[in-house]
Amino acid sequence: MNTLVPLSFFLIVSTAMFFIGIWGFIIRRNLITILMSVELILNSVNLNFVVFNRILFPDHFQGLFFSLFVVAIAAAEASVAIAIIINIYRRFSTIEVDSVNEMKY
Amino acid sequence: MDIYSLTPLILAIPFAMFLFIGLLGTKFKPVVSGILGTSGLAAVFILSLLTAYRYFWVDGMADHTYRMFVAAETTWLTFTEKLIIKGGVLIDPISVMMLIVVSTVSLMVHIYSIGYMKGEKGFERFFAFLSLFTFSMMGLVVAPNIFQMYIFWELVGVSSFLLIGFYYQKPSAVAASKKAFIVTRFADLGFLIGILILSYINGTFDFLSITSPEGIAVTKNSGLTFLGFSAATWAMMLIFMGGAGKSAMFPLHIWLPDAMEGPTPVSALIHAATMVVAGVYLVARLFPLYYFTNPNTLHLIAYIGGFTSLFAAVIACTQYDIKRILAYSTLSQIGYMILSLGVSGYGGEEGLGYMASMFHLFTHAMFKALLFLGAGSIIHAVHSNYMNDMGGLRKYLPITHFTFLIACITIAGIPGFSAFYSKDEILVAAFHHDKILFGIELFVAGLTAFYMFRLYFNVFWGADRHYHHTPHESPYVMTIPLIFLALASVLAGYLPFSEFISSDYRPFETEMHYNIAIPSVLVGLIGIAIAWLLYRKVNNAPDKIVKSLGFLHTSAFNKFYIDEIYLFITKKILFNLVSRPVAWFDRHIVDGTMNGIAWTIEYTSEKIKGFQSGQLQQYALVFVSGAVFFLLVFLYLFFN
Repeated sequence: MNTLVPLSFFLIVSTAMFFIGIWGFIIRRNLITILMSVELILNSVNLNFVVFNRILFPDHFQGLFFSLFVVAIAAAEASVAIAIIINIYRRFSTIEVDSVNEMKY
Repeated sequence: MDIYSLTPLILAIPFAMFLFIGLLGTKFKPVVSGILGTSGLAAVFILSLLTAYRYFWVDGMADHTYRMFVAAETTWLTFTEKLIIKGGVLIDPISVMMLIVVSTVSLMVHIYSIGYMKGEKGFERFFAFLSLFTFSMMGLVVAPNIFQMYIFWELVGVSSFLLIGFYYQKPSAVAASKKAFIVTRFADLGFLIGILILSYINGTFDFLSITSPEGIAVTKNSGLTFLGFSAATWAMMLIFMGGAGKSAMFPLHIWLPDAMEGPTPVSALIHAATMVVAGVYLVARLFPLYYFTNPNTLHLIAYIGGFTSLFAAVIACTQYDIKRILAYSTLSQIGYMILSLGVSGYGGEEGLGYMASMFHLFTHAMFKALLFLGAGSIIHAVHSNYMNDMGGLRKYLPITHFTFLIACITIAGIPGFSAFYSKDEILVAAFHHDKILFGIELFVAGLTAFYMFRLYFNVFWGADRHYHHTPHESPYVMTIPLIFLALASVLAGYLPFSEFISSDYRPFETEMHYNIAIPSVLVGLIGIAIAWLLYRKVNNAPDKIVKSLGFLHTSAFNKFYIDEIYLFITKKILFNLVSRPVAWFDRHIVDGTMNGIAWTIEYTSEKIKGFQSGQLQQYALVFVSGAVFFLLVFLYLFFN
C-alpha cells in the first residue's frame, strides 16, 4: 500500500467536509441544499471509515463495507427526504426552510 | 306464617312503591300512582294491625312484662369488631303503637290526597314522596339501634324537605323547606354528637343493651366530664337537642309554622301526626336512660315542653291563617307530650307520665290529622287559608263541619272524647310532680279550647263571605278519611292504654282522677264559652280586645319576634363577625396562593415559549452547539 498521501490529509479533508456540511445545514435556506449538506456530513464520515480501516486493519473489510452500508442508507434517506420536500412544496409552494414553521408554540 | 318475620315488609313495601312511582310514575295516568301508593300503604296498614294484634293480644307478654325483641336484623356495615352498624326491626310496645299511628294516618292521608291533589302538577311525585316518607318514618320507629334511628331520622327530614317544597315554583315554599331542613339539620348535629358520646361510653348502638340496667349503669358511671357536666349528661342533652329540633320545641320551633307551605295532607301526615312526634318518641325510647342517669335533664325537658305549650298556645290565639293556628296547636300539644315525659317516674303508677305521653301522642295523631285534613277540605272549598275569607261554611260543608267539630271538642278535652283521657293523665302526672307545670298546663288547656273554637266559630259560623263560587263539599275520597279519623278520635280514648304501654313494660291500672279532671273540663268549657261569646256572631268585641291588649297582642301576633331574633343573630352577628372574615381569608389568602402559583407559571412559560420557534435550523444550531459544548467539556475533563 502506498503511503504517498499522509493520514492527516485525509482527516483534514473529512473534517472540512463535515463542518462545511454542518455550516450548510444551519445556514442554507433551500431544503435541497440542506439535503446536500447532510450528504456531505455522511460522506465525511465514510471517508474516515475507509481511511482508518485501511491504516489500522488492512486485512479487514468492516470499515469498507460499513461505508457502503452508509451510502445505501444515504440513498434511501435521500429518496425519503426528496419525497418530503416535494410534499412541502405542494403544501407551501416553497422549499425555503424558514417559511415552514407551523410547528411552533 | 310468623307475622314478626314479615315485619321487614312494612319497610320494604313503601320503599318499593317510592322507587316504582318515582321512576315509572309518569308513564301511567296520574291516578295509577295514587292507587298504587294507597294500596301499598293499605298492605302496610294490615301488616301493622296484624303485628299489633299478635304482640298485644297473643304473645307479647312474658311474665307480665312486655317483651322487647329484635324481630329481624341484618348487618349493614362492619367497620371494626366493635363498630358494627346493623339494620333491623325492633318490636316493643311503643314501636308497635307507632306502627299503628304511622300506618293509619299515612293510609288516611294517601286516600285523602287522591282527591285533594287531583289535577295537580306532580301528582306522581307527591305520591312517590309520601311513600318515601312512610318508609323513612317506619324505619325510624322500628329502629333497633340508635344509628339506624339516626339514618331514618335524616331521611324523614329529607322527605319533609321535599314535601314542604312540593310547590317549588312558589318562593315562600322553597324558603320554608330550606328553613325546615336547616333548623332540623342544625339540631341533628347535636343528636349525632350525642349518639357518638353515648355509644362511645356504651360500646354499642343497640337500644336493647343501652336501655338495659347494665347499659344504664355503664352510662352512669362513665366518669368522663366536660365543662362540669358528665359525658352522659352531655350525651343525653345533645340527643334531646335533636329531638327538640324534630319536634319543634322552643327555641327550635321556628320551622314548623312555615312548613305549612306544603300541601295540606303533608301537614297532616308529617307536621302534625308522625314526624314531629319523633322527638317525643326518641325521649320515650331512651326514657330509662334519662330517668336513671339524668333526672335533671328530664326536668329541663319538662320545662321546655311546658313553656313551648304555653308559648305556642298564646300565639295560636292571635293567628289568622287556619293552617298556622293548627301548626301552633301542634306545637302546644307536643309540648304536652314532652312535658309529660319530663314529669314521669319509672314503673307502674309512677310511670304514668310516660304512658300518658304515648297515649296523647296516639290520640293527638288521630285528631290533629283530622283537623288538618278538615282544614284541607275547607281550603279546597274556599281556596284560601285565611280565616277572614271564611264564615258560615257549616251549610256548605256538612261532613267537614261535623268532623271538624268532633276534632275541636276532642282537643278541647271534653269527656267522652279521646284527648280528655290522655290529657287528664298528663295533668295528673304533672300534678304529682310539679305544681307550676300543672298550673301552666291547666291554663293551656283553656287556651287550647279557646283558640280551637275561635277557629271553628270563625270558619263555620258567623256571616257568609263573598265566595268566588258556592263552596261545595269535598268528594267521598276526601270525606271518608275524615269520618274514619273522627271515629278514631272519639274511640281512641276508650283504649286501655296503660294495659299496653308503661315505662317498665308492665301493665298497670289507671283510674279517673276527678279532682283533676273536673277543673280541666271546666277550664276547657270556659275557653269554649269565651270563644262562643266572641266569635259566634260577627261583632266588634274581638277587635276591641285586640286594641286594649296593644303591644301584647302585636308581639304574640308576630310570634314574639323569635324569627327576627334568629335573623339578627345569623345575619348581623354570625355573618359579619365570622362568615365575612372567613370568606375574606378564603378569597384572598387561600385563593391568592393558588392564583399566584398559576400566574407565576403562566408568566414564565410566556417568556420562554419563543424557544419553540418552528425554525428547524435554530434547533439544529442549538443541537450542534450543545454537542460541541459537551465535546469541549469532555476534552477538558479527560485530557487535562
